[in-house]
Amino acid sequence: MCSRSTPERAIILSESTGKSAAAEILELRAGLLARAREFFAGRGIIEVETPLLSRGVVVDRHLDPPVCRYSPGADGAGETLYLQTSPEAAMKRLLAAGMGAIYQVAHAFREGERGRLHNPEFTIIEWYRPGLDHHELMDEVGALVSLLLPEVSRDGGWEKLSYRQLFRDRLGLDPIECGVGELGGAAEKLGIEIEGEFDWNDRDAWLDLLLSTRLQDDLGTERPVFIYDYPASQAALARLCPAEPRLAERFELFIGGVELCNGYHELLDAAEQRGRFEEANEQRQGDGKQPLALDERLLEALEAGLPECSGVALGFDRVVMLACGADSIDEVLALPFEEV
Amino acid sequence: MATTYGTSDFRKGLRVEFDGEPYLVVECEFRKPGKGSAIYTLKVKNLLNGRVLEKTFRSGDSISGADCRDEKMQYIFNDSRDWHFMDPENYEQYAVSKEQLGDLWKYLVEEMMCEVTFYNGSPITVTPPNHVELEVEYCEPGAKGNTATNVTKPAKVQTGAEIQVPIFIKIGDVLKVDTRTGDYIERVHR
Repeated sequence: MCSRSTPERAIILSESTGKSAAAEILELRAGLLARAREFFAGRGIIEVETPLLSRGVVVDRHLDPPVCRYSPGADGAGETLYLQTSPEAAMKRLLAAGMGAIYQVAHAFREGERGRLHNPEFTIIEWYRPGLDHHELMDEVGALVSLLLPEVSRDGGWEKLSYRQLFRDRLGLDPIECGVGELGGAAEKLGIEIEGEFDWNDRDAWLDLLLSTRLQDDLGTERPVFIYDYPASQAALARLCPAEPRLAERFELFIGGVELCNGYHELLDAAEQRGRFEEANEQRQGDGKQPLALDERLLEALEAGLPECSGVALGFDRVVMLACGADSIDEVLALPFEEV
Repeated sequence: MATTYGTSDFRKGLRVEFDGEPYLVVECEFRKPGKGSAIYTLKVKNLLNGRVLEKTFRSGDSISGADCRDEKMQYIFNDSRDWHFMDPENYEQYAVSKEQLGDLWKYLVEEMMCEVTFYNGSPITVTPPNHVELEVEYCEPGAKGNTATNVTKPAKVQTGAEIQVPIFIKIGDVLKVDTRTGDYIERVHR
């Protein structure tokens, strides 16, 4: 484990705040990235680079891409483009074109996300594995994480716990069957005091609230833990479980209470995907947000045929945070958002 | 008068109002599941009674600021119920009760300059300097030659408070104490 910067070795990139990453953390970061690339090379997964800009997006109720303008000439006329919230759409187009197993180290952008674990521009390692289901991909994520963070697991292994079992074990309620009243009661019992506007009928808001403020902090404190099979209402781009369509084959990894990855056994059905994007846009409008342009080229690729595959996005900055015991993402970034 | 703070203004150190009482934001955490809705959790300390609460907000919510101001004032005396402070500009005096002070009475030495916080025009709390010097009025003698700092004993200082000090401290020594933690820092040679 690296220690915090000593004054001689620290490069203070900002004199005003002194908050930027120290040289030794940037060295550690480079070493972790090199090891991750070796891991993918060893498994025959090809590195790709796709554009950060796009004309349409993977529409998500709670993800807001920054918008920018491109002008082909100096006359100011031009079009609106989005900065990607993840490289998912572009990478799926490569998969549909027959690329096989691919990975990417990409920057992603999300508006309004700033905090101890969030920078509006951050680094994702995203990869896709044709032929693997979400459980097989979880095992691959576990192997990569064990390689990069050997000290986070007592015994070198990882656990898997279903989303439903997590809520049953910890709160004694079934997140799929129970009503919003029970979720609200659980929040009250746990001492969650809600101020301001809250849609008491929004099940997913309750589930997110309970998970992120009460359940998450204890997840993965002894060894990494994968939470899998999320409610179908939070499926995003995951396929629904064949045996239980109220659940989706989606997973996340938690270490030391930090959410590290989000993965799917990918939805292949173009019509169903379009329906989910449109529903997300309706929810956005209900939330008072702008609807977003659908990524039609992604939908075309799904129509043309995406191979059976699973994919995952791993938050690389947070991996570096865990490797050096940083409290804030700012400690592992060369230049945090306020310094750009 | 009342300022309103949106979730993007939330930060440690803000003074805000809930149910007509002033609170200081002592912790502010932004939480957002990758695919879920953003939540802000604030730990807020009641400036009247010190009680700490946790409050949860969603993006776009807002809270009202508390009408607080800070004034530099001199601590002049106490009658063991109230501690009295004077505005050096106009000599006006204000009383802060022992209950409002909490543990801070331990560090207040006459003539010391402090920051007095007013809420809606009344004094509610005091912030002494981070470090104060206090003279030891009584302590048990330490073993001769023992300069260890990890073994401590209680020492009664001029304000009447007991501070944990290293074993080598003697009656008449002057201690530098951190008022935020109550910890002994070092012996001061006057």
